[in-house]
Amino acid sequence: MNTLIEKTSIGGLEVVLSTRNLGKYFYDPVKFKALDNVSFDAYEGEFLTLVGKSGSGKSTLLYCLSTMDTVYEGELYIKGEKITGKKPDELAAIRNENIGFVFQFHYLLPEFTCLKNVMIPARRLGKYGYEEIEHKAYEKLKILGLQDQALKPASKLSGGQQQRVAIARALINDPAILMGDEPTGNLDSKNSAVVFDIFKEISSQYGQTIIAVTHDNDFAKASDRTIELADGRIIDQDKKDFE
Amino acid sequence: MKKNINIDIAFTHIYTRKKQTMVAALGVAIGVGMYLFMNSLDAGFSKYSTDEIFKNNAHIKIYKNDEISKPLTTDDSSGLRVIINPQITTLSKKIINPEALLAAVKSQPYVTNAIAQVNFDAYYNRGKAQIKGTGNGVNMIEYAQMFNTDKYMVAGNTEALQGNLNGIIIGSGISEKLSLGINDNITVTSSFGIVKVMKIVGIFMTGSSMNDNTKSYVNISTAQQFIKEGPSFVSTLFINTRDANNPEPFVQKLQQLTSYTVEDWKTSNADVLSGNNTRETMMGAISMAILIVAGFGIYNILSSTIIQKINDIAILKATGFNGNDVVKIFIVEAIIMGIIGTAVGLLLGSVLIAIMSNIYMGGPVGYFPIGFELTLFIRSFILGMLITLCAGYFPARKAAKVDPVEIFRK
Repeated sequence: MNTLIEKTSIGGLEVVLSTRNLGKYFYDPVKFKALDNVSFDAYEGEFLTLVGKSGSGKSTLLYCLSTMDTVYEGELYIKGEKITGKKPDELAAIRNENIGFVFQFHYLLPEFTCLKNVMIPARRLGKYGYEEIEHKAYEKLKILGLQDQALKPASKLSGGQQQRVAIARALINDPAILMGDEPTGNLDSKNSAVVFDIFKEISSQYGQTIIAVTHDNDFAKASDRTIELADGRIIDQDKKDFE
Repeated sequence: MKKNINIDIAFTHIYTRKKQTMVAALGVAIGVGMYLFMNSLDAGFSKYSTDEIFKNNAHIKIYKNDEISKPLTTDDSSGLRVIINPQITTLSKKIINPEALLAAVKSQPYVTNAIAQVNFDAYYNRGKAQIKGTGNGVNMIEYAQMFNTDKYMVAGNTEALQGNLNGIIIGSGISEKLSLGINDNITVTSSFGIVKVMKIVGIFMTGSSMNDNTKSYVNISTAQQFIKEGPSFVSTLFINTRDANNPEPFVQKLQQLTSYTVEDWKTSNADVLSGNNTRETMMGAISMAILIVAGFGIYNILSSTIIQKINDIAILKATGFNGNDVVKIFIVEAIIMGIIGTAVGLLLGSVLIAIMSNIYMGGPVGYFPIGFELTLFIRSFILGMLITLCAGYFPARKAAKVDPVEIFRK
């Protein structure tokens, strides 16, 4: 069942996520190839950004990688395990344990306090008891400098703070991969810088892989590697050549 | 606080949307309350009309039915045709060897009481005034036990008839029309021409004019004299069983003991029962409709919650909640609304029943025949919860099918 692909490693780093010949069509309004033969590997502790013009397929690619979009050609592997073809419930469990999400909008549950919002994915996972999860969530908020806001309702915070709470929520289960869809898209430059620093720290200090879609060139430039897409194809995946 | 995350989310939704929750719960409350009330009303009324029947009817009676003459058997091959005019050939309504049959019936484990009765057509006279009616020859003590006659006695008592071969207990209608009171003499004539002057030892009033204006009770041997029969003549056996509502199996068993007609009260009173059934169906349909409308209230409110919370559902699914988890969240919300609504509804129904049972209707009915019946409470609760669950399930399933990618890409 679990087809293990050969574990490639560069400089001792393991492949966390890889795609093989990913392709996707949109049928509305006309048949249109959104992704064409996309193959790449993402490594442990790598800060990877996906860039490209609007309509280049970068978000489409991210949602295929996220396991939420299951209608595509080719294969997707996470931690060596073949993801393509798994049932929705299995995918939900994989996301719960291995992937954290940060979107342009924070998507916090407005009725819950920040602390409770952060705790939600961990309580779904059910690996730890309630107190332990509470403690972990508090620690995550502390890392993000939000310990004072922990007991406030999520709706009472500023935009930058809400985005940081969302990051804490994404990190609560210590996922192997953190995915971001324009994570700084709604933030001013100061808050963008804060989020970028957090991402950098997560990848370098905790060894978690970050895959983020962005149109912010400074953000992309400062990442470890940038994959540029155009018309659903990878046209460049070397950071040094990227301008 | 350590409860399941799905339940926690459900409770938070309920708590932060108190008004909508209350509206949905109120709908269920009215539905359940009306369902309980209307069905209690119906059950009370059915019980009342059945009790009316049991004033004069035992659960099962055994009597000799009229026999119709049968054609003589002919051999078809002979080509001979016999033309027959079927006629009643019953010579006597007599049950042969009634003591043995009564003993056999009484020995059945499911029979609680059985008595013999002799009926005759009677004319009550005083001077020129005459009333036609029926006389019943019975063992009065046993009869009173079976039909609660003591409850309806307005003058004298049933014991006074015991051993008093010249005594008679008459209906209040007869007493009024002939202006005869207790200890007065009454002339009774039977259709066989026997005339007796009897002493009134008791007067009863059941509230049913059909009984009160025609019926009288005498000793069994007196009745036998009225129809010129010997002491072994019995026209009907009345039998009470353990379960009045299901006499059919007992009828089958009793039919094996005798060749006479065995008939349960349901067959004898099919008209009353079919009236009861019609009313039951109507009440049931109306109250069920109210309950279903309440279900739509829950459906609406949950659907609008789901539309409002679609972003929350999307992020929950992104962070690893599967379809089942989402269904559970909204089903729990429906259950909470249902429990609140059903509880309030049962309370509302109880209050209505209590008010109704204190309304005096007058006459033989007395207070309005309605009461608290546990089975109806249980049924209302189960139905209330069932409808809530159905009403919750469909929006919940819709929520479970939300595609998070569609939400995030907007």
